[in-house]
Amino acid sequence: MELIAARPLADRAVTFELATRVGPEAAARVGAAQARLAGLLEAGELPGALELSRAFCSITLHYDPLRGRQADLVARVRAALEDTAPAAHADGRLWRLPCCYEGEDLDDLAARLELSREEIAVRHAETVHEVYAIGFLPGLPFMGELPEGFSVPRRTSPRTRVPQGSVAIANGLTVIYPFESPGGWHIVGRCPVPLFDTERATPALLAAGDRVRFDPVARNEFDRIGAALDCGDIDPASFAEAAR
Amino acid sequence: MSARLVIARAGARSLLQDTGFRGGRGIGVPGAGALDRDALYLLNRLLGNDTDAAAIEIALVPPKLRAEDGPVRLALGPGLSGQVSGDNPRPVGAWTAFTLHPGETVDLRFEAGCPVALIGIGGEIDLAYALHSRSTLPRAGLGPFGRKLEDGDAIPISAPAADPGDRTFAAPPRPESGPLRAVPGPQAEWFTEASRETFFGAEYSVGIETDRMGMRLDGPALSHSERGADIVSDGIAPGAIQVPGSGQPIVLLADAQTTGGYPKIATVIGADLSRLARLAPGDRLRFTAVTVEQAEAAARDRRAELDQIAECVVRANAGRIDPRALWQANLVGGAVDALCPDHFPHHPEPESHP
Repeated sequence: MELIAARPLADRAVTFELATRVGPEAAARVGAAQARLAGLLEAGELPGALELSRAFCSITLHYDPLRGRQADLVARVRAALEDTAPAAHADGRLWRLPCCYEGEDLDDLAARLELSREEIAVRHAETVHEVYAIGFLPGLPFMGELPEGFSVPRRTSPRTRVPQGSVAIANGLTVIYPFESPGGWHIVGRCPVPLFDTERATPALLAAGDRVRFDPVARNEFDRIGAALDCGDIDPASFAEAAR
Repeated sequence: MSARLVIARAGARSLLQDTGFRGGRGIGVPGAGALDRDALYLLNRLLGNDTDAAAIEIALVPPKLRAEDGPVRLALGPGLSGQVSGDNPRPVGAWTAFTLHPGETVDLRFEAGCPVALIGIGGEIDLAYALHSRSTLPRAGLGPFGRKLEDGDAIPISAPAADPGDRTFAAPPRPESGPLRAVPGPQAEWFTEASRETFFGAEYSVGIETDRMGMRLDGPALSHSERGADIVSDGIAPGAIQVPGSGQPIVLLADAQTTGGYPKIATVIGADLSRLARLAPGDRLRFTAVTVEQAEAAARDRRAELDQIAECVVRANAGRIDPRALWQANLVGGAVDALCPDHFPHHPEPESHP
């Protein structure tokens, strides 16, 4: 694939732009490039490279200027990407995450989208959401696409406190807030599964390239699952249905 | 029983920080770590630690620390001084490593205008790592304490550092002046030509809204080109200067989110990030453009300078003038009369400690 641009972050990092529009095509390009570059990094073929982070349309490579040169890294990455083909869901898992569709913004969204609360829940839950990137907060998944007609911008006045576990939509995407946080997206529901736990070997439950389907649950079932997760009777990893 | 460094009074924002998390950016965890990496490197060298060992980064209101169950070796970074109380009360100055004996406390003080400072801890800290680090990111509960230090917290030291007495650098680093160096990009072309010229010429001042995530700058507003003020969110590194629709730049720092959706006009080079850390609200600054290659050369030069400083450690005689240390400092500094205390405004008066 073609490298659109290599954009420097001074002598600390360089961002490789691989697509221009958020969506499944960008995800396929970025996912394949991520896998390729992670392999090179692991093999020690990117001198000075420290780590990679993935965004919707780009990958940022952080490096140590005392151990490598950006010009050299860019040349190596450009060459590696030339024979890398985009690949959808190369190694993602499929998750089925419970969601109680009683979000604070459902009524507002229902009026705005001219759908009932139930229709919003049903259509959101029957969609397979692909994790495009993890960011903003530790473990927070940005997922797309939303069903047609679900297009809303951010709220004009962001909330100062969005509760932990909130499932929220805006700009064609869905997120789950791993922690209580300020936030400007429209809350449709709540997911009881903890997304970030430093006790786990891999602290983030979800990874870019994973897919997520939400299982609608009633309030009492949400509470029951939450309690079972709290006391360790349910392993969060058990919500992964299958590895591809 | 191993020694413990007890937080007798926590101060306003005391955080355990080292060179930061590794391998977390892909899952939304920023590097975090100490803002002033040059000071962290030098303090760890002064203490004989690994250069990525954790220190306490303090801000606004300084803490008071006590050694229990054994001696604890500490070192004060630039902008700090302290008063040890106990059987042998004595002052300690910046860039000084000293031993806090069991039962002694040290009360820290900021020098005027110093927003953030570091206290190095000698020996091996007996606390767990997360993402290869003992840094703290309170918003994710990351770090051995997962929050800022509170009164009564204790940092266990399993392997104490050697105690060669009070030690300092013969020639500690001198404050730098001149514009901060920055590489244009990653999104310089999202700004008008005129705004790019303004950015690399105008004077800005550090705004009140400054924390470990970012530093808001007050000064001439920058205009975005026809590409607009929104980009598809992409990766961030400390030093990146993002410009939202308001046109007022924000320098992103250690705890900034891993991705951002505003265009970044330039990125402060690694060698100048420690200078940024020492700026306080109201301080003035300018930027000058350099290339990636110049930034990389500056990183190598900086490491060589720090190593040169670290290699010349001398006795620090807290509270008394150590003619030998001052004489050596004079050889480097040039124009100061070493025996006149007035030339060292923060040096303790010898009369009070005969």
